[in-house]
Amino acid sequence: MRVGATIDISAPPDAVWDFVSDPGHYLHFMSGVTRFEVAGDQPRGLGARYRMLMRVGSAEIGGLVEVVECDEHRDLAWTSVQGIDQRARWRLRDRSLEHAPRTHVELRMSYGVAGSGLFGWLAEQVAAPTVRGHLRRSLQQLKRQVEHEQLRRAAAARRAARTAATS
Amino acid sequence: MAGSETAAHASRNGHHKDGLDAFATPRDDQREAGRPLLERAIRAVAGVVQSRVPEADLDERDPDYIRESLPRLWLLASLYFRGEVRGLGNIPEDGPVLLVGNHSGGNLTPDTHVFTLAFSAYFGVERRFHQLAHNLVLSMPLLGFLRKYGTVAASHDNARKALEAGAAVLVYPGGDWEVHRPSWQGGRVDFGGRKGYVRLALDQGVPIVPVVAIGGQETALFLSRGEWLSKALLLDKLFRLKVLPISLAPPWGLNVGDMLGHVPLPAKITVEVLPPIDLRREFGADPDVDEVHDHVMRLMQETLDALAAERRLPLVG
Repeated sequence: MRVGATIDISAPPDAVWDFVSDPGHYLHFMSGVTRFEVAGDQPRGLGARYRMLMRVGSAEIGGLVEVVECDEHRDLAWTSVQGIDQRARWRLRDRSLEHAPRTHVELRMSYGVAGSGLFGWLAEQVAAPTVRGHLRRSLQQLKRQVEHEQLRRAAAARRAARTAATS
Repeated sequence: MAGSETAAHASRNGHHKDGLDAFATPRDDQREAGRPLLERAIRAVAGVVQSRVPEADLDERDPDYIRESLPRLWLLASLYFRGEVRGLGNIPEDGPVLLVGNHSGGNLTPDTHVFTLAFSAYFGVERRFHQLAHNLVLSMPLLGFLRKYGTVAASHDNARKALEAGAAVLVYPGGDWEVHRPSWQGGRVDFGGRKGYVRLALDQGVPIVPVVAIGGQETALFLSRGEWLSKALLLDKLFRLKVLPISLAPPWGLNVGDMLGHVPLPAKITVEVLPPIDLRREFGADPDVDEVHDHVMRLMQETLDALAAERRLPLVG
């Protein structure tokens, strides 16, 4: 089963990338995610492993995932090593206009349990609205946090410029 | 010969003989002939059932089977029982641990299903997880699949083996006594005075993690444990069955014994996992079993009271 969600964020791709490539941010913006921990020595980049869990229905579902694609500021994909089968992908695309940075963000997630037959198919269908809702809320929270961070940085830059001008 | 095999089988499984004629002798045969017909028939059935109890083999647990059955369990737990499991993070990440739960719901125990799903999803099916079940449960013809989930016959030896293998072991000390308590006692943790789990945890040096569940006793109207009926039919001596429960449950209506199970009502099941108790750190080098037991019971009862206070309506939760 594949579900996805998209959103436009008023920030350049590198600002969004700082959030989606940093495992420390996930618990703050990912809806339904109850656990997102680095597993191993490598915190980010190709080959980084994370233990992640998302609450869906009566269980926290997930497992060990590994980053299998890492195209800076554009694509980040992971696939499951343990737990239910899952594959997720962040796609960041620059849609900036003049003086108006904007990034089109897409989050896709495929999940299932190979070999689970009819019940597996049924469970995927039943879980889909919940997972889709988690993805949608995650993107909304990501947008809020990234844009808030942009505003905070802009304000800090303005303050620094004013301080430099007065001194 | 058959008796010897039965005895050897029971011994391998770590079962108490509990009145079973382990080694038949001529004197036994004479005694047997003198018994009433009903008693002889019950003893014969007991022998057959006991011989059906599978040998405890921890390797029968099949992670691939569990993984493939997770969607089925998830559908049942999420849609039918609206299961909610809290505090799984309290269970140590690895190593052996004794999970001590209160038990509800008659012979079909929804709290076990909900917890098994949650545990397997949270820690992954790769983590060794065994559940101890009554001999009768494991000898039922249609319940052989439980062994693939890691269910083994409840005995000190089997629990010890599983813990030595580094597994998380789920035990319900209250067993058949607690699981068939009347519905109006659903908010009571009742191990029937059984404290063997404390000795087991001490012997193996593993932490106890209490697991408290509510809702199971609403899946039918449990009327009586029927201890008197069990005694009258000698089931307590022959099957280690202290109860012969009487309940009102679909599709049977009046359900005596619950041997064929029943269709559980869709009660909301909530499970809360409490922080681990390191017995020697909390109670000293040589803890008093009664003191530890009282402590565990108090913690579990307080949690069950809190969970009961959250529930607004029976079944609905």
